[in-house]
Amino acid sequence: MTEFLSMGGYAGYVWSSYTITFGIMTLLYVHTKRKEGKYLRWLRRHLASLEK
Amino acid sequence: MFKFLYHYSSLRNFYFFSEKLLPFLLITFVCLVTYSIYGALISAPADYQQGDSFRIIYVHVPSAWMSLLIYMVMGLSSVSVLVWKIKLAEITLSAVAPIGAVFTLIALVTGSIWGKPMWGTWWEWDARLTSELVLLFLYLGVIALLNAIDDRRTGARSASILCLIGIVNIPIVHYSVEWWNTLHQGPTVSKFSSPSIHIDMLIPLLTMTVAFMLYCLIISLYRIRTMILVYDKDSQWVKNVITDNREQI
Repeated sequence: MTEFLSMGGYAGYVWSSYTITFGIMTLLYVHTKRKEGKYLRWLRRHLASLEK
Repeated sequence: MFKFLYHYSSLRNFYFFSEKLLPFLLITFVCLVTYSIYGALISAPADYQQGDSFRIIYVHVPSAWMSLLIYMVMGLSSVSVLVWKIKLAEITLSAVAPIGAVFTLIALVTGSIWGKPMWGTWWEWDARLTSELVLLFLYLGVIALLNAIDDRRTGARSASILCLIGIVNIPIVHYSVEWWNTLHQGPTVSKFSSPSIHIDMLIPLLTMTVAFMLYCLIISLYRIRTMILVYDKDSQWVKNVITDNREQI
């Protein structure tokens, strides 16, 4: 396990690359879903204002 | 073919088509990315020269390919905006540009991290790195233009022109390692007839690339669907979607 984590002495480079890549991809997914929710709420309010 | 494209270029049809597609894409992406991470970090052997640092290839190369692929999608959308004035193409252009910028940034950052142990430097102004940086600036320029102009259609047309001018950078990025003497290594995978990478290393790279493509497609579809609802907000079908009265659609 220690050998796997040390990545032959390149642990800092390998793990930071994977963390940055998948971290950014996760953040982009979360941001997209939050933005979707925000716009859906805005559209509901827009629709409600039209009905009044 | 044209009938199919015409049918799905309608905002309403595209919205409902993508709704059916998304669960399948999500499941495939999760399976593929899990397998690819296992292949990249565990099953692929270490490189005889670079050791385990070569494993950065599994995030760096797919990101770089996505940065080029997304720009080509934007190029096609730009042509559709300027020639046929297709609304869905305008929306696609705005939806995918930030995704392309993100993958270009990932490619630059992971490339820099890989460069430090292999080249002894974080950055070098060689042709491949510089042209990829220019690609990032092109993405940022398109995003800035799309947001700078209040009229959506005028903004999309201006951004399309910039995008088409910038498309000349795509072959420069791709062939830079062949046209110039660069610190960046030459092509290893794109020579499909004889890739200079072992099959055990190649398979996780290809599956990771497909996983990244699926990820881009999923995020693009989410963004496009949201933009479609805002774009068409006064139409009856959007009102029905918002109030969840699907049976009326």
